[in-house]
Amino acid sequence: MRKQRLSAFWIVLAAVCALYLVFWGLMLVSTMGYTSPEAWWQALTSPQIRYATQLSIWTSTAAAALALLIAIPISYLLSRFEFPGRSLVDAALDIPIVLPPMVVGICLIIFFQSNLGRAIEHIIPLTYQVGGVVLAQFTVAAAFAIRSMRGTFDQLSPRPEDVALTLGCSRFDALWRVALPSARRGMIAAFCIAWARSLGEFGPILVFAGSTRMKTEVLPTTVWLEMSVGNLESAVAVSMLMIALAITVLIVVRVTGERV
Amino acid sequence: MIRLHQICWQAPGATFALLDIDLHVPPCTYAVLMGSTGCGKTTLMEILCGLRMPSSGRVEVNGFDVTRKEPRHRHIGYLPQDLALFPEMKVVDQIGFSPRVRGKDRDAIRSAVEALADELGITHLLDRRPQNLSGGEKQRVALARALAAEPAVLLLDEPLSALDEARRDDVAALLKNLQQKHQLTVIHVTHSRTEAEALADLRLSLRDGKIFAE
Repeated sequence: MRKQRLSAFWIVLAAVCALYLVFWGLMLVSTMGYTSPEAWWQALTSPQIRYATQLSIWTSTAAAALALLIAIPISYLLSRFEFPGRSLVDAALDIPIVLPPMVVGICLIIFFQSNLGRAIEHIIPLTYQVGGVVLAQFTVAAAFAIRSMRGTFDQLSPRPEDVALTLGCSRFDALWRVALPSARRGMIAAFCIAWARSLGEFGPILVFAGSTRMKTEVLPTTVWLEMSVGNLESAVAVSMLMIALAITVLIVVRVTGERV
Repeated sequence: MIRLHQICWQAPGATFALLDIDLHVPPCTYAVLMGSTGCGKTTLMEILCGLRMPSSGRVEVNGFDVTRKEPRHRHIGYLPQDLALFPEMKVVDQIGFSPRVRGKDRDAIRSAVEALADELGITHLLDRRPQNLSGGEKQRVALARALAAEPAVLLLDEPLSALDEARRDDVAALLKNLQQKHQLTVIHVTHSRTEAEALADLRLSLRDGKIFAE
């Protein structure tokens, strides 16, 4: 990068950036200072919060894995194949990102009241079940995973895949043997982004899977439940745990060289 | 042998077009195709190896119509200008790629890799990845990878353009030598008249969407 001369212009911009970071820093520090380590430990070792933590971790992992599984073919299609209406499809895939989270939950619950939805529920019970938590998380997280994987495939030259076709590969072989190994870092980043998004999901889970303690309660629901009964210390302790998990994911994504 | 019958192709936005291209390259011929930047040379190479479908016309390789065939069934090797080595693979895996995809056994893959690495003088590079190779070394690896597929035809898109003056003559000699040894039909795309004069059995020129023999 070219080194710039320090001028008033850059100093003002840096001040804006510093103010924003300080604002965030102060919020985090004051949240940390709200509770004592003993209260923090006591809250995190309670059976309800332990259950919510475990459920959050495994449902987020399942949702992120499912999101990655559909993000790879969709983003590869959009990146490599030109077809009429491609920009429309591209825009439609962003709908879960721009929809208010509660609306996603309402859409899910209404769909599973329809004939097709009920037929699916006969095979896999989802509404107000743990499966519903995964589905609610997946519905939003997949859109983020697709966006992330699309960026990865767009950055990779299609040339090696073209050459692989002349060397005996089918299209699937070229994706499997050439594109995916090159997209490895992007896949890790997409998984982490989907995982972090799933971990923080609240609205669709509350509407579609409910907030039953020791059943469908995940960490964001715990924060809400604890706050609603006035137990602010527990809510803060769980919030701090979520902040720690989010920072860990951010570090993993940065290590892969990708950006959130 | 390569034969093109009335190949047509129109670039989106009508920036250039290939118009009723007829071409015959006899077996084991080293043909050099010249033309200005953006005249459609690379597009023609992609049509030949099946990466792009022509709007109309027919492509024949060794007497068989391959127009509708996938690239993997055409027996045409292709070296794009940027060589397109697989970024995550060691040289040994790059060369063994085609035999592995075609289901050859481990011994056959190893002996094919060793023979080609020896022939192209890259045995010492087998454990390296593309980012640790020089331009000339990458060129040799890409050639070995293409030859491992045992193609009948080899398409070379400006293979010497990224090399410095000193290396260019060596690689040109290597290309001619490989073509004769492997009995290949080669189409070599270039801007350079000197390259064409040094290598070509058949000199071709692409102008205004048509091919002319020189």
